[in-house]
Amino acid sequence: MRITALEDLEKARERGTRSLYPSKTKIMVGMATCGLAAGAQEVYDALLDEINKRGLDVSLSQVGCIGWCCREPLVDVLIPGRPRITYGEMSPQKVPEILGALTRGEVAKKLAIGRLDEDENLVEGTKRSYLASGIAAANTVPSYKELGLFKNQLRIVLRNCGFIDPRNIDEHIARGGYLALHKVLNSLSPEEVIEEVTQSGLRGRGGAGFPTGLKWKLTRQAKGDVKYVICNADEGDPGAYMDRSVLEGDPHSVIEGMIIGAYAIGAAEGYIYVRAEYPLAVEMLTTAIQQAEEYGFLGENIFGSGMDFRIHISKGAGAFVCGEETALMASIEGRPGEPRLRPPFPSESGLWGKPTNINNVETWANVPVVIARGGDWYSRIGTETSKGTKVFSLVGKVENNSLIEVPMGISLREIIYEAGGGILAGRDFKAIQTGGPSGGCIPKELIDLPVDYEQLTQAGAIMGSGGMIVMDDRTCMVDIAKYFLTFLKAESCGKCIPCRSGIKRMHKILCDITEGKGREGDVELLEELAVVVKGGSLCGLGQTAPNPVLTALRYFRDEFDAHIRDRRCPAGVCKELIVYSIDSEQCTGCGRCVKVCPREAITGEKKEPHCLDPERCIKCGACYEVCKFDAIVRR
Amino acid sequence: MTITLTIDGRKIEAEEGSTILEIAREHGIKIPTLCYHEALRPYGACRLCVVELAGPKGSRLVSSCSYPAENGAVVKTDSPMVLETRKMIVELLLADCPDVKIVRDLAHEFSIEKPRFELEDSDCILCGLCVRACQEIVGVSAISLVNRGVDKKVKPPFEIASRDCIGCSTCVFVCPTGAIKLEDIGEPRLVHYWASDFEVVQCRICGDHYLSPEPITDYERLFDLS
Repeated sequence: MRITALEDLEKARERGTRSLYPSKTKIMVGMATCGLAAGAQEVYDALLDEINKRGLDVSLSQVGCIGWCCREPLVDVLIPGRPRITYGEMSPQKVPEILGALTRGEVAKKLAIGRLDEDENLVEGTKRSYLASGIAAANTVPSYKELGLFKNQLRIVLRNCGFIDPRNIDEHIARGGYLALHKVLNSLSPEEVIEEVTQSGLRGRGGAGFPTGLKWKLTRQAKGDVKYVICNADEGDPGAYMDRSVLEGDPHSVIEGMIIGAYAIGAAEGYIYVRAEYPLAVEMLTTAIQQAEEYGFLGENIFGSGMDFRIHISKGAGAFVCGEETALMASIEGRPGEPRLRPPFPSESGLWGKPTNINNVETWANVPVVIARGGDWYSRIGTETSKGTKVFSLVGKVENNSLIEVPMGISLREIIYEAGGGILAGRDFKAIQTGGPSGGCIPKELIDLPVDYEQLTQAGAIMGSGGMIVMDDRTCMVDIAKYFLTFLKAESCGKCIPCRSGIKRMHKILCDITEGKGREGDVELLEELAVVVKGGSLCGLGQTAPNPVLTALRYFRDEFDAHIRDRRCPAGVCKELIVYSIDSEQCTGCGRCVKVCPREAITGEKKEPHCLDPERCIKCGACYEVCKFDAIVRR
Repeated sequence: MTITLTIDGRKIEAEEGSTILEIAREHGIKIPTLCYHEALRPYGACRLCVVELAGPKGSRLVSSCSYPAENGAVVKTDSPMVLETRKMIVELLLADCPDVKIVRDLAHEFSIEKPRFELEDSDCILCGLCVRACQEIVGVSAISLVNRGVDKKVKPPFEIASRDCIGCSTCVFVCPTGAIKLEDIGEPRLVHYWASDFEVVQCRICGDHYLSPEPITDYERLFDLS
C-alpha cells in the first residue's frame, strides 16, 4: 500500500476523513496515560459493552490527550451535523446517561463540560464546521472558545491530540499529515528547507532554545557521508509530560518532522530515544513507524524521491542524565549514560562519531507545520526572540491541572489565572516553578512576566522543557529547593567533582536547614558552592543544578532566615520546625483532639482547657484538623 | 598549522589541535590536574584544570586538558573565577578523601586547613585513570566505573572476580592515591587484584615473584623473547 504520488495520499486522506467524520454518531474516549490513570479503560469497556447491548450503530474510537487532564476521563460525542460535546469526569456508571441522551439526539447537560462547533486543520489552515445548516450551537454547553483553559491556546504541536486515533495513520493524513513531506521532496532543496526553518525562528524546545535552523545547517555542513538525526524523548523533568502526550496522541507528527530533517541534513538513519517509563508512547511509536514503513514514508525511495531513511527506537533505562545529548548518544551506543566533553559538538561528531542532529520531540513536531504554512507565518507568532508556541504541563496548586499550548509572550498571569483557573481551593499564589530541576521559581511580584526564553532567564529561571509547577502559600520554598537537590543528587552521573560532591554538600546543608539544624553562614556557603557547581561542572545537569536554590534565595531569602535564625517554617511544612500548642482561651475542653492524637500528647479534664506536651508531639497535625474552636496553635 | 592565542596576557604561538593544557605546560604555565595523563585521552572529570575562556556572551570555564586551542582565544589560568573554583574543588575532595596524600598536598597548596563539610573516608578520588588505562592501553576493560552519582565506584562487572583481568598491575601503577592494592595472600603466592587471583611467576635469575602468568605470552611477543 505504498504511497508514491499525491493521488495515493488523497485516497488515504479520504479514508481518514470518513473515519474522523463518519455519517453515524462517533464517540471518542481520551486514552492517553492521563486518561488511563483516571479510569478511561473502564469507561471505554463500559461504553463498548452498552453499545453492543443496545445494538447501537455508533463508532467508538480512542484518542490522545486534549489537555483537559483535571477532568479526565473524557468522552467526546460527535453526532453528525451537531457540535462536538465533551463529557468530563466520566465513569462506567455515567455511560447509560450519555448513551441515552445520544440516542435521543440530545446533550446530557449535567455531564457536558465543553463544546466545539468547528475543527481546525492547522497544517492547511482550514476550518471544518461540525454544524449542519439550520442547527444552532448548543449554547448551554460552554464553547472551547470561551473557556479560560482553551481560549488563549494555539495548538500547533498538539494539533491532532485528542482528535485522531493515534493508531490510525489515515486520520493523521486526513488532517494534513505528510503533505509537508510531499512538498519538501517534490519542490524544496535541502538548503531551502533549512532556510524555511531558520526563517521561522524555531528554537529547540528541549530547554536550551538553540536555533533549530542553525543546528540543521551546521550538521548539514559537517564533513562526512554518514549522518544521523535523533529525537530526544527522554523527558525526565518531574511534572513534565508534554512529549509523552505528543508521542501518545500523534506520533506521526514527530516522524514526519524527522524525515524532513533527515532530508535537509542528509541522514539515512534516525533514532528516537524514549524513556522506558513511557511504555504507551513506545507502543504508539512502534505502530506508527510500522505504518509509515508500509506506506513508504520510511524505508527506501520515500515518495518515489530516491531518499532512504529509517527510524529505530532506542529505550532509556531510568536515568535523568540520559536526557543530556551526549549521555543520550552514549546510551544509544550501549555505553554508560555519562556526558562527555564538548567540543566536539554533536553536529560535528555525535552518534558513533558521525555528525548528528538531535532535537526534542516538540521541536520535531513543529517542523511539518513550519514547512506547510511557511517560516514567515510561524515567525509572526510569539515574541521578537521567541517565535511560535510552547507546550506546558501546568500542574500543582492550580485548578486546571492541564496540558496547554500557548503563543510565546503570554504572561504568567494569563497562564495561571485564565488557563489555570486560578489557585486551588482559593488559596494565595506564591510562586511558579519553570524548567524543572534546571529552572527556578518565579514569585508573584513577577506574575506579569511574558513567557519567553530571555525573560525567564533574566528572572533566574529557564524555559526548560515546559513543566510549570504552581505553588501556593502553604509551600515552603526551602523545602522545594531541597526537593530538587534530592532529585539531582540521585540523578547526577557522578563523573565530575563539582556536580557529584558539590550537589551532595548543598543537599546536606538544605536538609539541615529544614530540620532545624541550620547555622549562620549556611546560606553563604550554599551560594559559594552554587557558583562552583554552576561554573565548574562538566555538563548541563551540574551547570543548572543550583538554579532552584539560587532563585529561592533570591526571592524568598526571608524563609531561609526564618528557618535558620528562628527555627521556624513560615509555610508550616518542615515538620521538625513546627510547634503545636493549645490556646487555653479558645479551648473548650471538648476532647476531640485527645481522641485523634496518636501519641496521647494531649491531656486535660472535660470542659477544662487542655494541655499539649511538645515532647510527645510528633507534629502529625491531626488535632489541628479536628479542632472546631481554633484552639490548636501551629507555629 | 600554527595558531596564536593569548594566555594570561602572553601571546603564544601553538600547533593547531593542541589543548590549552599542553600549550600552557610547554610554556611553563602551571595548571594543576588530577585525572589527566599524557598517555590517555582527556577525561575532564576532576575539573581542577579549568581555565577562563573569553567568549561573545562573557567568559566561561572550560577544562584545559580537553579544550582545543583556537586561533585568537583569550585564556586566563589564574583569574579569581578560576582560583575560587579550584579551591572549592579541592575542599570538596578533602572532605571526601581526607587521608589521601595528593589531596592533602593540594589542600596545602590552596591553603585549606579544614573543610567546611562533614568528613567522609574514601581513598578513591574517582579520577578514572585505572579504568581508562585498562581500556585504552591494556585493552581488556576488566574494570569500569559503575553506579551513578555518589555511589559511583570502580569495580569489575557484577563486583565479582574479573575474568578479563590479566594481572598486569597497570591500574596500580597509574592510580594517584594508592587506592588499588596489590596483595600477597600467602603460599602459593597469589596476587589478588580486583578479586582476581593469580599464581605469580618466579624470575629465574633473582628469584623474585613478580609477574602474573596471563600476559607472559603477550610480553614475549612484544619484546621478541620467545
